[in-house]
Amino acid sequence: MIRLTDQPFEPGSLLTGFSKGRTETGAIASFTGLARAEAGSTTTLTLEAYPGFTERAIQAIADQARTRFALQDLLILHRIGDIAPGEAIVFVATAAPHRRAAFEACDFLMDYLKSRAPFWKKETGPDGPRWIEPRDQDHADIARWDTQGPETKP
Amino acid sequence: MARVLLFGRLADLAGWREREIEGDSLFALKTRLAEDNEALGEALSGPGVQVALDQEIVRGDAPVTARAEVAFLPPMSGG
Repeated sequence: MIRLTDQPFEPGSLLTGFSKGRTETGAIASFTGLARAEAGSTTTLTLEAYPGFTERAIQAIADQARTRFALQDLLILHRIGDIAPGEAIVFVATAAPHRRAAFEACDFLMDYLKSRAPFWKKETGPDGPRWIEPRDQDHADIARWDTQGPETKP
Repeated sequence: MARVLLFGRLADLAGWREREIEGDSLFALKTRLAEDNEALGEALSGPGVQVALDQEIVRGDAPVTARAEVAFLPPMSGG
């Protein structure tokens, strides 16, 4: 399931819900991204999406991840709007029969969300607002998946 | 009239997010936007800016019908 929300969410209860009743799943991996402020500053993040377009773009990559890593299920929850330091921005969970696929799919989905998903991120700190664009590291992270083979061994 | 949407820094630069603009192609719309706001015109042609026509990414020029939705998308960053 893929969902965008402008409300704070609790990653622990999402993971509990996602893990429930899975008799054929051997591995669940999850990732929680938090809004981070430099020490002492009052930074706020604002995430903008393109309604409809953003969900469809994430759905397309989620379908790709399902096939590539033979996932049984996945969950992506992404905040939009204003986000205070310490609040969760993104939660990704993946379910697979074995751990490697679950770990790798989670990693793959996060690399995609960081630099290719249709979100725009503004940081408002002591020096005023600043739009954040993907760093070289983010591009390098996603490029890893273009060169690796599509198969993951369980 | 196409419905033009701006996102991220492009919207801040223009001072608006959504506007009806006259133009029968993407090129015509960009030209009109650049006439109104030179800095925006430059930014629209800047590196990493993609265009979505009726929510599909298109490259280069394309005809724009009445009631089309044209979105200018600066480099994306989530998570």
